[in-house]
Amino acid sequence: MIAIVNYGVGNLASVKNALDRLDVEVEIISSPDDLSKFQRVILPGVGSFRLAMQTLHSLGWAQALRAYAATGRPLLGICLGMQLLFDSGEEHGQTDGLGLIKGKVVRLTPAAPNKVPHVGWNNLVTQRDHPLFQGLKPNVDFYFVHSFHCVPANADDILGICDFGGEFVAAVASRNIAGMQFHPEKSQPSGGKILQNFVNWEPQC
Amino acid sequence: MLKKRVIPVLLLQHERMVKGVQFANYRDTGNPSTAVRIYSAQDADELVFLDIQASSDSRRSLIEIVRQAAIECYMPLAAGGGLQSIDEVRELLLAGADKVVVTTAAVTHPKLIAEIAEKFGNQCVVAGIDYRQSEAGPRVWIRCGQEETKLDPIAHAQNLVTQGAGEIFINCIDRDGTMQGYDLGMAERMAAAVSVPVIVCGGAGNFSHLADALRGTSASAVACASLFHFGDNNPIRARSYLRNAGIPMRVLK
Repeated sequence: MIAIVNYGVGNLASVKNALDRLDVEVEIISSPDDLSKFQRVILPGVGSFRLAMQTLHSLGWAQALRAYAATGRPLLGICLGMQLLFDSGEEHGQTDGLGLIKGKVVRLTPAAPNKVPHVGWNNLVTQRDHPLFQGLKPNVDFYFVHSFHCVPANADDILGICDFGGEFVAAVASRNIAGMQFHPEKSQPSGGKILQNFVNWEPQC
Repeated sequence: MLKKRVIPVLLLQHERMVKGVQFANYRDTGNPSTAVRIYSAQDADELVFLDIQASSDSRRSLIEIVRQAAIECYMPLAAGGGLQSIDEVRELLLAGADKVVVTTAAVTHPKLIAEIAEKFGNQCVVAGIDYRQSEAGPRVWIRCGQEETKLDPIAHAQNLVTQGAGEIFINCIDRDGTMQGYDLGMAERMAAAVSVPVIVCGGAGNFSHLADALRGTSASAVACASLFHFGDNNPIRARSYLRNAGIPMRVLK
């Protein structure tokens, strides 16, 4: 069973619809207490880092997600959900993140004529093999929509990068924790492949 | 690198898809659900749904169409038409829209864009600007082209970006449905004047019009309706034409 974390932000329906298409059991959960029942968890999200972290704390998600991550079971953060995995973000003021991946989240500052937010289709340049990328052709385009990007402290955590008037990190994985800056649930057909790979992923911790 | 987008626009009225000329004389162009399935099969880059009826009844059907589209296709969806409150926005997002398009309310409810940006992020707000030429220069029109304002489209756009709009969607009423090509002058001036992506709409009649806007201006995307409704054109053909013209288009798999 896969859980999609509902903390009041984000387009949860799209993530659920994409997983429904893969014919896997998936549930949108609104109580952190339920997290321990699931084998896989997806943390989605759009909106601002600061507001999202405040909500994760006030609803008890932050603690529950850290406890879940410590069990070694797979956790996937999508878009803002990826950013929240990091130590800190600077959107609307410096804010601590979940601290599950070392590094920080900073504003995109692409060279002209690129414009922020980074909206649209851009190709992912994979940096190393990973079970989440199994069967994926190199340089396929995914749908991005964001104004901030992750800066991992550990280069080994970088799975994929993207060129947007300069390179930024578009996919990360550290042990059982993974994050995608793009929206696999909005990126047919290759995004479906990544979600399917997540369903099959058995992290080696 | 970031690719240029080609975005089909679905205008909705009385639960049907329609298309007019210069925002008038709308004619039926089919069932929106069927169109969604076709555009999904053709891997359109993104879809925009605009409810031109903008009544409380038509909003229900817009939400239903978006909900169904979100189940059937996984591609980015934007929706709008008569949105006036944050609750209406939330309802559309919960139904599966990724972004909302705010046009009339960007003039009549000046705080709405800032409110959406604060709650859902600026990537969630597309500010729509319908405009046409007047003797004094281009002017913003609201209520689906029924009411002229004194606003200059570029100054208006800059103001909306300051408030939090994440993209600007410009639609030239004079060219709408004429299939004579985009207003390239405005597209270029607009793209140069704002710091966010600009989507150009109104007037595309063939693929070379798309290329003109994507190559000749700094627009990030082109939107079109008539081009795909009337004639044997679709997003797959558009993409390959534009790729052959040297414009960066997305690679699917």
